[in-house]
Amino acid sequence: MPQEIPANSVGVVTPQIAIFNEPLELRSGKILERYELMYETYGELNADKSNAVLICHALSGHHHAAGYHSTDDKKPGWWDSCIGPNKAIDTNKFFVIALNNLGGCHGSTGPTSINPATGEPYGSDFPMVRVRDWVESQARLADYLGIEKFAAVVGGSLGGMQAMRWAIQYPERLHNSVVIASAPKLSAQNIAFNEVARNAIMSDPDFHDGHYLKHDTIPKAGLMQARMLAHLTYLSDDAMGEKFGRDLKADQVSYDYTPEFEVESYLHYQGKKFSTTFDANTYLLMTKALDYFDPSQYYENDLAKCLSHAKCKFLVVSFTTDWRFSPERSEEIVDALIEADKEVAYARIESEKGHDAFLIPIPRYVKLFTAYMERVAKELAL
Amino acid sequence: MNQQPLNQQPTSLRSDLKIIERWIQPNSQVLDLGCGHGDLLAHLKTEKQCQGYGLEINPDCIVSCIEKGLNVIEHDLNHGLEHFKDSSVDTVVMTQALQAVRRPDILLDDMLRVGKEAIITFPNFGYWRTRFYLMAKGAMPMSKTLPYNWYDTPNIHMCTFHDFENLCRDQGLTIVERTVVDSRHTESLSTRLWPNLLGEIAMYRVTR
Repeated sequence: MPQEIPANSVGVVTPQIAIFNEPLELRSGKILERYELMYETYGELNADKSNAVLICHALSGHHHAAGYHSTDDKKPGWWDSCIGPNKAIDTNKFFVIALNNLGGCHGSTGPTSINPATGEPYGSDFPMVRVRDWVESQARLADYLGIEKFAAVVGGSLGGMQAMRWAIQYPERLHNSVVIASAPKLSAQNIAFNEVARNAIMSDPDFHDGHYLKHDTIPKAGLMQARMLAHLTYLSDDAMGEKFGRDLKADQVSYDYTPEFEVESYLHYQGKKFSTTFDANTYLLMTKALDYFDPSQYYENDLAKCLSHAKCKFLVVSFTTDWRFSPERSEEIVDALIEADKEVAYARIESEKGHDAFLIPIPRYVKLFTAYMERVAKELAL
Repeated sequence: MNQQPLNQQPTSLRSDLKIIERWIQPNSQVLDLGCGHGDLLAHLKTEKQCQGYGLEINPDCIVSCIEKGLNVIEHDLNHGLEHFKDSSVDTVVMTQALQAVRRPDILLDDMLRVGKEAIITFPNFGYWRTRFYLMAKGAMPMSKTLPYNWYDTPNIHMCTFHDFENLCRDQGLTIVERTVVDSRHTESLSTRLWPNLLGEIAMYRVTR
């Protein structure tokens, strides 16, 4: 943590657990008898409970979106740049809830939790969850916290898909849906990247059909490869060129196969770090949720028809060099919203940072996001 | 390219916009191309209960529109109106941006694909001061309405009243109404009598 907590930080926060004993029937038909959700909140819930904002996380995200867990933390939560006093999602006005999704590996019930049926970790027996299941569980968390209607549901990437799903699934329960760097469904290329990542994990000899914890091991190498691959898709060619170029770690090439370019070393570092902190089964599950996401399939593959059920206003944001979910993918959402006569604002932010841009405080992005959230506060008289 | 090269400053509703307002039906669907800070859309929303979308590429203008609670879509008009289906709005408005797009003819055609009616305003290059400037100085005219140098102007397709009417005729469009205003955006007897000479800003209402 920095020497002193910055004035625009939410400060030290403590995660909380919500326990749900009412069974949750998943899209797959499987039932979770009971589950827990780990979450954090920032800001104060107002008297009429009208100022709540839900943050939906992306593939590798979790409930720790802002502030610090302890004074020893080196880094704040993953979206600290946008959540805090006087930030885009201003905690002076809003009560912000960030959770770890079902199936996650940061405290919510997931593959590393104990399966009550066996007394052992679920592992690969943990049922697959889909975006609509997450929205269902998030709605129950909202009930638990006494929130009937969110001022906004906000998310980037896979989080944006949840924000979109909210608008269709619970049209009466949100005023605004903020969909950043997202897509209405994955392309064949997106699915292909996910499959290569899954294949890397599942072919690791330490995977043991997903029951690696029983064998006191984890598929580190596979998860590392999956993360390295995914990382490539988060960055643009320009961003990598600017960050690493062709720089070598040593003065000259070494004629061996150890990582010697800076970019190799960076990928190895990222992959290794991730492989010891993230659960492989959660990774598999999250990528499947991404692959399956396609809300329009229940509406004759007509996204406009699907989104016609929404009653909220939308902010859609894309980034020019994002090739994982390119601006054209966001524009598919925008076009469908226009066709469905929905209220929408859309911005295509110039950035060389690729998909990762949605986590980076790019001045134009922050200014626009702030203006939108200020409007949300104004419209709800917060 | 800047789609809102002229009159960037938000003011109380300009008089040319007031004329446009008269041409727009209450409760109608409006699409504003190059909507700038959203003054027209905001006005139509509160005064005439119009629904609408604005297209804009200037980042500050987009933020202004969001602050005003408008539906603003970041979009370059040179890419056409592919966001919109055929006959999906009542009126497509484009104030002072026709001369700044790459192919005004294609965009005009697209405007009437999307809207039942189009309202277009543009600086009239046939205005007497512009003619006089060119004749007397032998240089590309500059004025309060045309504040740019020839090399950096976003106004790449300047035209006159006559030019525009010829284009409408070639495209088989019907001019429902036209008016011209001077630089203070007001109409007068003289601008009505000799529009191409005395009108600084041309305003047209066309249908197919």
